[in-house]
Amino acid sequence: MTDSSRPGGSPLLLRATDIRRSFGERVVLAGVSLTLDEGETIAVTGPNGVGKTTLLRILAGLLRPSAGEVTVDGIPVRTADPASRATIGLLSHRAMLYDDLTLQENLEFAARLHGLPDPRRVAHDALGQVELLSRSGDSPRTLSRGLIQRAALARALLHAPRLLLLDEPFTGLDSAAAQRLKSLLAARRPAGLGTIIVTHQLHEARDVATRVLALQDGAIASAAA
Amino acid sequence: MRGPLPGTVRAALIIAGKDLRSELRRRTALVSAVVFAALILAIFNFARDPTSLRADQLAPSAFWITCAFAAVTALSRAFAVELEHGALDGLLLAPVPREALFLGKFLGNLVFVLVVESIALPLFVLFFNVSLNGALPGITLVALLATVGFVAVGTVFSALTARVRFNELMLPVLLLPFMLPPLAGAAQVTAALLNGRPLLESAGWLRLLLVYDIVFVTLSLLVFPALFDE
Repeated sequence: MTDSSRPGGSPLLLRATDIRRSFGERVVLAGVSLTLDEGETIAVTGPNGVGKTTLLRILAGLLRPSAGEVTVDGIPVRTADPASRATIGLLSHRAMLYDDLTLQENLEFAARLHGLPDPRRVAHDALGQVELLSRSGDSPRTLSRGLIQRAALARALLHAPRLLLLDEPFTGLDSAAAQRLKSLLAARRPAGLGTIIVTHQLHEARDVATRVLALQDGAIASAAA
Repeated sequence: MRGPLPGTVRAALIIAGKDLRSELRRRTALVSAVVFAALILAIFNFARDPTSLRADQLAPSAFWITCAFAAVTALSRAFAVELEHGALDGLLLAPVPREALFLGKFLGNLVFVLVVESIALPLFVLFFNVSLNGALPGITLVALLATVGFVAVGTVFSALTARVRFNELMLPVLLLPFMLPPLAGAAQVTAALLNGRPLLESAGWLRLLLVYDIVFVTLSLLVFPALFDE
């Protein structure tokens, strides 16, 4: 089954067509198709091990699908052109931060790689967005799970990506931080920025999602607006 | 507002700068490599029978074997740090050419290994009681030529083995055979220089080192992007 709940109307940001992925004999994704319009937020739900993270890594271009294609703004996500990656932001299970750098240095490093002007200010502002300015000089290794998650969010949001991919973004966040994240995600929609949230915490994602897709047995089992 | 994306060289310098800053702060790999180098030099020195083997006969080989093992110690860390919190994904998602990742890690590793060699050299002089006597510029040149080659290959193998079980064992097994040509050349030139021979007399070895560098830096640049095509 494919995602048939697309409301349409806005320009298309992402298209995933018949995505399949196997690891050895084990089929994880068995033909997932979905689209994301500008300004849309999709929540993809499903039980553990159903392939949500695999799907997200394929959408980000980090994992090659066994079959199928993903395009962002009409450009294949696994194209050799590095500029195509500038449109994507990813929050994964892992923070993508270096323990030997401070939070500020970690974000400055990411900002430099994205070619953002004034990386120091950009990193400072990103930490401010997730209310981590007071810890900007600290190493990630000194932070709690929730604070690490906020720092990783700051890194993912740093370059205001047109496509934001979030893997279990509410994990470890207290209610205030979860609310703050929902506000940040809601603020992206009027700007035409798209977001895909992969989660099993549907009650949190439902507050910000314009559509919910349920993944089961490697395919989209149901879709609801 | 986004500025121009960093090109290959700029991105490589950003990555190398990050690695060197991390290493300066941590110092674990540097201290380990230097202590390791000192220990090997000491073992070579005290295990030698001075009545049957003169110091200057053993010294060049001992120095370059020491540098090789110290380099392997350093290279084994090069990609391990990128895997600790999935930071490698951040690099792969950055809008920079894959070649920049290689060049960045290569430059960081090169500076690191050259620093270890520059610390090991005085220890080598001390332990083996050799006189550099004007040989220092030549040894510096040959060290640079040899190190560029084996660090390039080592950077690729470090990336290749980072996600493999027992990578600490796999890296030296894969890398040491490729280190033989530059190490042999460097030891030969060093021996000639320590014996007071002019550098030009070793032009053949220097050419071999240069060709090795050109071939393996180019091959590494070509092969590296494919390592991350998961």
